[in-house]
This record gives sequence, C-alpha cells and structure tokens, in this order.
Amino acid sequence: MIHLLWLIPTLPFLGALTLVLAGSSLPRRIAAIIGCGSIGLAALITLLIGYEFLTTHTRAYHDVAWSWFAVADLSVGFSFHLDALSLVFLFVITFVGFLIHLYSVGFMHDDEGFTRFFAYLNLFVCAMLLLVLADNLVLLYLGWEGVGLCSYLLIGFWYDEEKNGYAARKAFIMTRVGDTALAIGLFMLFGVFHTLDIQEILTKAPQLWSPGSQTATLIAFLLLGGAVGKSAQLPLQSWLPDAMAGPSPVSALIHAATMVTAGVYLIARMHGIYELAPLAQLWVGIIGAITLLIAGCSALTQNDLKRVLAYSTISQIGYMFLALGIGAWSAAVFHFMIHAFFKALLFLAAGTVIWALHHEHDMFNMGGLRKRMPVVYWTFLTGAGSLAAIPLVTAGFYSKDQILWLAWGGAQGNLWFFVAALTGAFITSVYTFRMVFVTFFGEEKTHVGHHPGRLMNVPLIVLAVLSLAGGLIELPHTLGHVTLMSDLLGPVLPSTVLRAGAESSEIVIQLIAATVALSGVLLAYILYIVKPAVADDIKSSCYEVHRLWYAGWRFDDLYNVLIVRPFVWLSQINKHDVIDRFYAGLVAGTEYFGRTFARTQTGVLRWYIMGITAGAVLILALSLVINP
Amino acid sequence: MILLWMIVILMAGGVLAGIVATWSTVWCRIIALTSVILDTLLIGWIWAGQEVSLQPGATWIAEVNLPWIPSFGISFHLALDGLSLLMLALTFFLGIFAVLLSWNEIQYRTGFFHFNLLWVLAGIAGVFVTLDLFLLYFFWEVMLIPMYFLIGIWGHANRQYAAYKFFIFTQASGLLMLLAILGLYFVHGNQTSVYTFEYSDLLNTPMSADLARWLMLGFLAAFLVKLPVVPFHTWLPDAHSEAPTAGSFILAGLMLKTGAYGLIRFALPLFPGPAVEFAPWGMLLGTVGIVYGAVQAFSQTDLKRLVAYTSVSHMGFVMLGVFAFTEIALQGVVMQMITHAISTGALFVLAGALYERMHTRDILQMGGFWKRTPFMATVSLVFVMASLGLPGLGNFIAEFLTLLGAWPASPVLTAIATAGLVAATAYSLRIMQKIFLGKDSHTHVLPDLSLREKLILVPLAVVIIMLGLFPQRVIDTARATVEISDKQQNTTPVPVRGMLSEKGGNHE
Repeated sequence: MIHLLWLIPTLPFLGALTLVLAGSSLPRRIAAIIGCGSIGLAALITLLIGYEFLTTHTRAYHDVAWSWFAVADLSVGFSFHLDALSLVFLFVITFVGFLIHLYSVGFMHDDEGFTRFFAYLNLFVCAMLLLVLADNLVLLYLGWEGVGLCSYLLIGFWYDEEKNGYAARKAFIMTRVGDTALAIGLFMLFGVFHTLDIQEILTKAPQLWSPGSQTATLIAFLLLGGAVGKSAQLPLQSWLPDAMAGPSPVSALIHAATMVTAGVYLIARMHGIYELAPLAQLWVGIIGAITLLIAGCSALTQNDLKRVLAYSTISQIGYMFLALGIGAWSAAVFHFMIHAFFKALLFLAAGTVIWALHHEHDMFNMGGLRKRMPVVYWTFLTGAGSLAAIPLVTAGFYSKDQILWLAWGGAQGNLWFFVAALTGAFITSVYTFRMVFVTFFGEEKTHVGHHPGRLMNVPLIVLAVLSLAGGLIELPHTLGHVTLMSDLLGPVLPSTVLRAGAESSEIVIQLIAATVALSGVLLAYILYIVKPAVADDIKSSCYEVHRLWYAGWRFDDLYNVLIVRPFVWLSQINKHDVIDRFYAGLVAGTEYFGRTFARTQTGVLRWYIMGITAGAVLILALSLVINP
Repeated sequence: MILLWMIVILMAGGVLAGIVATWSTVWCRIIALTSVILDTLLIGWIWAGQEVSLQPGATWIAEVNLPWIPSFGISFHLALDGLSLLMLALTFFLGIFAVLLSWNEIQYRTGFFHFNLLWVLAGIAGVFVTLDLFLLYFFWEVMLIPMYFLIGIWGHANRQYAAYKFFIFTQASGLLMLLAILGLYFVHGNQTSVYTFEYSDLLNTPMSADLARWLMLGFLAAFLVKLPVVPFHTWLPDAHSEAPTAGSFILAGLMLKTGAYGLIRFALPLFPGPAVEFAPWGMLLGTVGIVYGAVQAFSQTDLKRLVAYTSVSHMGFVMLGVFAFTEIALQGVVMQMITHAISTGALFVLAGALYERMHTRDILQMGGFWKRTPFMATVSLVFVMASLGLPGLGNFIAEFLTLLGAWPASPVLTAIATAGLVAATAYSLRIMQKIFLGKDSHTHVLPDLSLREKLILVPLAVVIIMLGLFPQRVIDTARATVEISDKQQNTTPVPVRGMLSEKGGNHE
C-alpha cells in the first residue's frame, strides 16, 4: 500500500488539471465529484498508508518519482519522504481538506466560478502535499510557492472587488518577502553541505557544526524568515487578516488549517539545525510569544467575525512557535493538529453564519442565532471551547496545556514564556466567548436568509467530534497519561527535556491554566451578557488603545510609510527612465553642433578663404609653440 | 553542411516569399512558415540523434568550414555544439510562431515583411553557429538591418524614433566589436604571422593585459547593449513597444539572447583574464539591472513597455550568472535564455492579442477581462507566474540555478538579486490585476483567443511547464559547453578567483 504514496499528491493534481481544462463548461455536479473525489481518494489512501505505516513500524519511506534536475554536485529529485511528521500533516491536509471540499459544494453552490474554485482548491491541496512530502528543500520550496499562488488566487477569488485583489496581492508579496530569506537560506545550506536533501543535511549538520555555530545560527534565522512570512508571525503577520477577503472555506483550509502552519512544519522539519543554533531557537520562541499576545489583543477588538478568527489563528500559531522555541517539538505538532480541527470548524461555522445572513460579517449585527441555527451553534460552541481550552472536555485544553506546562517546566522554558502563554490563554478565552455570546445570544438582529443543508452540516459535526475527541491521543500523565502522539513522533522529533525537579508542579500549572481559561469565559459572560454597558465603557475609556489594537497595531501603516510608498514613489517618479535623459542629451548635443557648424556653410567665398588662412596660421603657430 | 542548409533555407525562403507576395500573400506566408518548420524539423532531427556526442570533450556535433576570403584568413566556418543546438532549436521554434503571429496583423508590404522576418532569423541563427569572427560581425549586421525595417515600417505610432534608436545603439556598439575583432586579428597576426579570424586559433592569443582589457571591452560593448544591461537598456522599451508583435517577439525571445550567447561563446573564452577582473563589475551590473528593471516595470502603464522592463530585469540574471563563473550559475543562464524567450515572448503575444482587440496598450484602460476571456486569462496566468519565478515553471529552474551558483561568488549581490524577486512579484501581479481582475466596465467586443492564437500560446505554455518539471534534457545538452567554459575560467590563478567573492561583497 505504501508504494501508492505518489498517488496522494497526484490525485488532487489531476483533479485540478481536469477542472482547468474542462473549464466552466463542466456541469456543477461533475465538477463537485471530481473536486471532492480526488481529495477523498487521497484521504482514503492516506488512511490506508497510515495504517500500514503504524502497524509495520516503518520509520521512514522514500520514493523517487523522477530526477528533477542535476547540475555539478547539485542533484534534486522529485522525490518524497514519508515519516511520522509528514504523516500527521498528510492526515490533516487530506482529511480536513476533504471535509472542507464537501462543505464548499454547498457553500459555493450558486457561485458562477464553481469549477474554477474547485480547480484552485485541488491545486492547493496538491502543492501543500508536495510541501510536506518533499525529501529535499527545492521540492519543498515548490510546494511552498505553490500554496502561495493558490492562496493568492483564492483570496482574490471574487475578483470584481478591487479590495479583494489588493488583499490577494498583499498576501502573495508579503509571504514572498519571507520566501526571499528562505531562498537565501537554501543557498547557504547548499554552500555548506553541497546537497539540499533534508535528511542528509540533518545527519551532516551535527558533524559539521558545533552548537552555537555562527553559520548554523544565520541559516536558522533565514529559515525562520521564511516561516514567519508563511505563518503570519511578527513582523510579517499583517497579511492574514486581509486574507479573509476569500471565501470562508478558503479561510478554513488555507488560512487556518494548513498553509499558515507550513512555517511550523518547516521549523519542525529542520529541527536539527535549530538545536545547533540555540539563539535562533530562542528567537522562534520570542517571536511566538510576542505574536500570540499582540494578535490576541487585536482579536479582542474586531467586529468582523472572520477577522476575529484570523487574529486568533495568528495567535494560535504563535503558541506553536513558542513550543518550537522551547524544544517542545511534538507539542507544537500536536497543537497544530488540534488547531486545524477546531479552527477549520470555527471558520466553516462562521462561514455558514455569514452565508445565512446575506454576507453580514459584523457580529454585532447578528445575535440570537442559538435558536435559529442550532447545529451551527453547538458545533461553533464546541470549536470555541476547544480554542479557549475549556478544561478536560476539549482537545484544545490538552494541546495548549502541554505547551503551557513545557513553557514552565521544560529545560528551555522560562518564566517570561510561561507568563506570556498564560496571559495569551486568558485573552483567547475572552475573545472566543465574546464571539460566542455576541453572535449566538441576545436578540436577533438580522433575519436568517437560508439554512444550511446536510453537505454543510456534516463536516461541521465531524470536525466538532474531532475537536473534542482529538485530545485523547495525548493526555498528560496527571490525567490518564496517553502518549500516542509523542510516541508516533518520537523517531523523528527529539523529546523535550524537563527542568530538574519541575515534575511535581505539573498539576499546579494545569490548575492555573484551567482557572485562567474559565475566568476568561466568565469575564466575557459578564461583559457581553450581564452588563454590556461595561464593555462599552471600557472601550470608550481607552479609545486610543482600542484603535491601535483594532488596526492590528498599525503595522500596515508602518510598512506603507517605510516600504510601499517609497517604492511606488520611486517607481512613479522615474517612469520615463532618467537614464534615457542622458541619451536624449547626447542627441540634442549632436544636433546643436550640427546646426552650429552648418551655419558656416554660407556660400560666401571670402569667408572660406578667411577660414583657410586662419586655420593655416593657427596650425603654424601651434607647430612653433609645441616643439617635438 | 546541414548548418549551411539551415541558414540558406531561411534566406532563400525569405527571397522567395518576397517575390511570391506580388501574386499571393497567402502563399508568401505559407512559404515563410514552411521554411521555418523545415529548419525546426532539421534541428529536431539533429537533437534526437545526438545523444552521444554531447559528452564533455566531444568534437562539434556538426561543422562546416569553407574558405571565403582566404587571403584575409576569413572562412565560412559554422559549428554546432550543445549550446548552439539549444539556441538554434529555440530560434526556429519561435520562428514558427513569429510567422503565425503576423498572419492577420501584417496587411501591407507582406512580401517585404516576410523577407525581413526570415533574414532576421537567419542572422540570429548564424550568430549562434559561427566560429569565424568576421562571419560573426557579418551575421550581427544581417540581423540588425532587417529588424530596423520591421520596427520602422510595420511598427506602431512612434516607430521611426524607436527604429532609429534601436539601430544607432546596436550599430554603434557593433562597430566597437568590429574594432576589437580587427584588433585581435592584427595582434594575433603580428605574433604568429598567421592572419586569421578563426575562433579556435584566436583563443589563447598572448597579449598584454592592458590590450586584452580594451579588446574585451569592445566585445562587451556589443553584447551588453544587446542584452541589454543597465545603463545601456533605453533602446529596448522603445523598440519593444513600437515593434509589431512578431518584432517584439523576436527581439525579446531571440535577439537579446545573442548578447548572452556572445558573452559565453566569445567574450569570456577569448579574454579569460580580463573577464575575471571584470567579473565583480559584471555581477554588480547584473544585480543593478535586476532591481532597476523590476522597479521600472512596476510603474509602466503601457503593457509592452512594462514587459520590456521585465526583460531588462530578467537579463540581469544572465549577467549575474555569467560572471559568477560556476557551472551551476552558467547552466542557470542557459536555462534563463530559453525560458525567458518563451515566457516573455508569450507575454508580447498576449499584449499583441489585446491590442488587436482594444487598439490600446494602456493597462489602465483594461480590467476585469477574466469573465469574458477565461482562456486568455488562464494562459496569461501561467506566463505571469513564470515571470515571477514560480517553481514548477521553467523560469524558476533558471533563476534558482543562477542564484545558487552565484552565491559563492558574491553573497551580498546574490541576496539583493533574490530580493529583486519580491519586486518581480509586485509587477507581475500588477499585470494580472490591471488586465484580468477587478471590475469589468468596458464595452469593447472582446472575443477570447482564436484558434490561431491558441496554436501559438498553448505550445508555449506546455513548453514552459515541461521545462519546469523536466529540465534535465536541456541541462544535459548544454553540459559539455558549460563545463568547458567553466574550466577555462578555472585556469585563472586562484588568488584572482578568491578576490572575486570579496570584491563582489565590497561593492555595496
């Protein structure tokens, strides 16, 4: 079964190809079958391969599709590497991807770009699969840029609106800034190792570099540059909220579950380098910690349901980065998986709400949907609970608790990280339940237009179950002690070392985390159900802070002033190419002299004789002065 | 002899097409088309049959050496190796589309047009295979003058100005090359008392470093203007935007490549020492070109002018790669010559197609065309993505190899060049946005691509994708040539090579 691995990215590719070639002439039904079928089959094969992988205790499987290109000592294959890490990602991409495809059939049903939508979506899944299956960094880069393209196409899917196109370009260009760093990192890696094969690099790195080596640190920072771009972390985070211009399934698949976690994958995949570059690894953690706080603050102030979720995604990926930064590799991957479940769920549910209310995005215009849309309400509540890490029952609690615990008790953890993560957890549960209370409670402000069908409800329910039960595969040893996830990742990612004597405090940390999460819910309940006036008071009393957070800490303005405007200005002012002035001047000069000397041709004989005489005198005089 | 035949077919085809046009323009077009197709088949046949001799150290795949003016040491010496083979294949392949492109566009003086078109192609093909420097100059002129007519007679409104500008830039720089060729001829003759223009004899001509420097600059003048390198690029936006579609197509696709080819084939091997000295400057010029071209492209509103500036940017990679002196970078350059020809050529075809429909090249007057021309939009997307270097398309292989190979020679310049890709993203996406996305508020009749246009663009798209996924065949074909020129540079003293990286870094 495992030799069918190549089919997993190929099927979505063929799906995309068929849909592109057939174009809009294809009946919707067929397009939907091709679009969902290709991903469904890929998911099925993933499950079968995963089963075989686990039962036969394979460590890694390698498959070369063809040799891509080879020059001098560079040899790059179109080849795949399957290990536990890629398997987890494969599972999330194909399975969650399939659910989102199903949902999209209902969601996009009346859209005239139906076929185009599924073509892009399939192409995206193909690129994402290549990214996580690549055995070398060039193929990974192909996937990396491929998902960037699809993200661009899908954010700008409704291209009639000028602002959607702007958001799409912004996303592509900003992530490409990070990609530049990543590319330079690849050049450096090749300069050092003369190969771009990931496994080879990871094997050779400890032999070549001692811990703290300068080159290793520089390379680790460059790779981090790529990761922060794709994963919307500080300082390249500001494209993601705007990316919400795309259809909701796109936000769920690309901007929550899969693409934006590519940075997490990259760092986890290249963990060997970060272990040799402690400084860079520390900065992964610092970036994660700061990002999770500032994005959380921004999420508190948004009114657009999808923008809250977007900032929440940035913040949750911040948690993953924090985990990577403290060497809690498998905790990061665990949180990635659980986050993919509950955040995809939240986006799809939010999408349903927005769809049902005629594209109303502002949650303060919603309200009272608890009764009107019970399925959406209950599933959204599940997802929200998981996001807010409601203790014991939700999967989010277990994945986030692990990070909190290791931020405190891990050997690379420290108090600052712990406090940041804890504060973030509080903020998370406040903004999450603010969303729940404002959207689903209170009185109905907009009438529900149409109700979702089964195609849209089933994915929600499946994801809701996963958002609850997903946590059972990894339970802390104070509560059941299940370690399926970390055992699975064990051969690929090193386990986290605990600080000496810290074990005993795990239960305390858990209690603190649980209390913080619940008190956040309580605060949201007081502010948005019991005494809504207090929330308005707070808002007006610190209006400036509110505005700053609402505008995403004004990073956009900063980049506009520093980069965008100077670039456009420079480009505009030199539209007619200043260099051409030089040549124009040359032409003008030539013409001027031509005209001037032409005037000497008067036809008057005595002037000519005069000229000849003067010339002769001049030459004679000169020959007297300049004696050879 | 087959090389001679290929050029003769084009020249004779041109004359014949010119004559026949007095009776029937359709037959004139058919004759022109037939002659390029015939050449394409010939070169395809050679390529298919030449697996073995592409190994390093092999002699020429095909050669013809006839005495021309023996008393001056001028011979009609043509030879084909892997690099020339790729370039010839490219020339004839694109030549087919150049004829197809003009099928409807050119409606007056059709015979003379096709005569010029085929002679330009003949001149370009000649440059790609000649091994006699006198002959090189001859072919250099053969491609120049017909192109002048192509722009000046069938171009757009400001065609006279553009044609003159093109002619003076290339002619003046070509004359400098002629001077350098003559200089080399006499230096070699004085030393060995064998007066010859033969390439292989002139290699390793002993001369003073100073003289070698000056002679190299003569060659560089011609090649850098043709490429073009900033600040010698200003003829290009005018020539590109004013030329008829087939003219822009050949200019961007083929004529610029003669500059790159000249660098690899002539300038570097003839003057290895000065070339190494010049290398940091060459790489710097390349990087400046990449960034400058990209910034300029961003503000252009004339679609053809915009694409012209992207050419300037992309040709910067050629400079960067050629003067990095690594095998990987040089392979990247060869790849860039091919993929840029296809992707940029295709963008000019699209510009031409839009012009035919709207009678404007101003992208501010376009927008939202996706709905009405989905096929054109999808094809454009492919080429726009190629232009921003998306992996999976041929241009990525070219740029990636170039940058990867240039890294050891100059990390700083390579980093800046890599950052130029962000600017490339900005201008490329702007093309998509202004033409195909946004609100459609136009009343033009805007049919999607016709069958003839599809016949041109679909093969180009397929080739650019194939080159992105299966580039090895091209790399193998060029390998022998690339390895030789790489080795030549390796013979220069180590300290000089060592300085390269430092100097490259210091130029910031």
